[in-house]
Amino acid sequence: MPIIGTIAIVASSLIAPPESLAVRDNPNDQGRAILISWVYPQTESIIGFRIFRACSLPDKFAALNSELIIGTEYLDSDTMLCDGVPYYYFIRVYSAYDSADSPVIGPVVSSAQWFNTDRFNVLVLAVIINGLFIFYLLRARRNTGMFIRKINGLDAIDEALGRATEMGKPVLFSFGLGYITDMVVIAALPILRRIASKTAQYAVRLIVPNSDPLVMTTAQETVKEAYTEAGRPDLYNQDNISFLTSDQFGYAAGVDGIILREKPGAIFWLGYFYAESLIMAETGHSIGAIQLAGTTETTQLPFFVAACDYTMIGEEIYAASCYLKPEPIMLGTIKGEDFIKFLLIILISLIVLLGTAARLLPNEAPFLNNLFGTIVNWFTPKS
Amino acid sequence: MLTGLHLNHKSMLHRTGPLILVFGTALLLIIAFFIPHKPFGDLEARFLNWYAIISGFTFLLGLDSLARHHLIKIARREKGWFYSLLLVTSLFGTLFLGLYSWVRYASPFALNAPFMWLYKFMIIPLQATMFATLAFFIFSAAYRAFRVRNLAATLLLIAACLVMLGNVPIGSSIWGGISWLIHQIFPNTNLEILKRWELFAAAKDWLMAIPQAAAGRGIGIGLALGGIAMSLRIILGIERTYLSS
Repeated sequence: MPIIGTIAIVASSLIAPPESLAVRDNPNDQGRAILISWVYPQTESIIGFRIFRACSLPDKFAALNSELIIGTEYLDSDTMLCDGVPYYYFIRVYSAYDSADSPVIGPVVSSAQWFNTDRFNVLVLAVIINGLFIFYLLRARRNTGMFIRKINGLDAIDEALGRATEMGKPVLFSFGLGYITDMVVIAALPILRRIASKTAQYAVRLIVPNSDPLVMTTAQETVKEAYTEAGRPDLYNQDNISFLTSDQFGYAAGVDGIILREKPGAIFWLGYFYAESLIMAETGHSIGAIQLAGTTETTQLPFFVAACDYTMIGEEIYAASCYLKPEPIMLGTIKGEDFIKFLLIILISLIVLLGTAARLLPNEAPFLNNLFGTIVNWFTPKS
Repeated sequence: MLTGLHLNHKSMLHRTGPLILVFGTALLLIIAFFIPHKPFGDLEARFLNWYAIISGFTFLLGLDSLARHHLIKIARREKGWFYSLLLVTSLFGTLFLGLYSWVRYASPFALNAPFMWLYKFMIIPLQATMFATLAFFIFSAAYRAFRVRNLAATLLLIAACLVMLGNVPIGSSIWGGISWLIHQIFPNTNLEILKRWELFAAAKDWLMAIPQAAAGRGIGIGLALGGIAMSLRIILGIERTYLSS
């Protein structure tokens, strides 16, 4: 009887080794990474896996993970791993009482790839979109009569500056928490230049509090150039374009302080804003300033719409430089943008129709569902 | 002649040089996006490191600008100079405490370091206070935005009320009351089914998933295309405002 009992315990603790172990070079990477995958063994009470690696078969295998991992995949991107060197692997599965090893698999060699196939769809779209932009840029060189629709927010700049001048109050311009690497900050620079040029002509003080020193330096240069061009370099004061802080609410408090002390007649919020947008715009509203806003941060747009007199929505801020300086070549990009939008509307409508038809006719036309899935998958980013 | 050459050389250095640099860098980063192999693969990370180093040094510019602006104000006894004094004292006091804590406790963020005390009991509460004021500002902005002036504002008000009621527990309680009222007027209706229907939550989900998402995606597509057009203008040297030209 005791012998039968021992056999029963051993039998219950037996564990099956991991099946279908596969190793391959990790695709679409810089190399020095090997992907190991396996099928989860059909055994209960598995507590984890440990991966072992060796450079050649007589070598001693070394464990890669100190803590057991759960799952069916492991990416070996150890800093000691070298490209072009053959490696061998096996994995050990652990239960509460036992462990079992898979057969050794290999050799596998890691290497860097010359093209990320996961990004093929991006390449195709980039070529089409940029090709269309360049086509319209080239066409714009010959065409001088291009039309750009009215953008109320940009038209209101002169109105706001005029009002500040009449009231004898300064003008405030903020890039928010944007960095010079943010496209919206670069898009706001021509607007700052236009405002600076007008404030120089009208002899109105322009205050630009900054949260980033690089943006501050660029703003100083832009304003200085605009003042010089307007023939009033004497009015330029570097201290008006100063650094406050890079801290979000510290910046909001600082700008609020300037608004309450200086009481500007016109305020421009053009750049990158987060939760501080409403704090600053509401303070601007409380002193009765005419406010104009524009940001690419869509979550802050409703706040600006609620608190400001004019708000540039979406890509309107990107069109500012073309609108303020309507050269044909600049307008060519806007024309290209509109044409791509038109193509996208057609494409999205066709995909919507296809998806609807696939849903309505699952039995009559099953290929529609596959086609719809393939198209959606192609557009889905992989890495 | 010499002056002309000198001017041309200066113009080349100041105008064409940066444009070539921008074009080359952009091209390299575009290539690096598609080619993981060295030397392109880690180029983006390398550029970001360079940017971090440069922007780290530019903080000295920011510090110089801030300190100079307020020190001049104090020296000239301009209006509000006392606040400038407070700012300069806080700025250098924080810097001193940070350096002291670093030397004395090996890290400014050591639990018992004076800098950490300043951070915990002054900076965090000040930030929290600023953030808390947002609630009041939301209220005042919402009041103005939701005033019934025209059809669009009325629709906005109705949509906002439904979204708010769908998000808070009181919306569910109100719907419970409405269901009970409907059941009293039409006794044939099933009260449990009516209650489960959760009109406010369903309306909120529909508003957020259909009209709001559609408008948001429209704006998003426009932003993406506008960003591409802007990038192309910068890369090709058509847009030069960042060079002050």
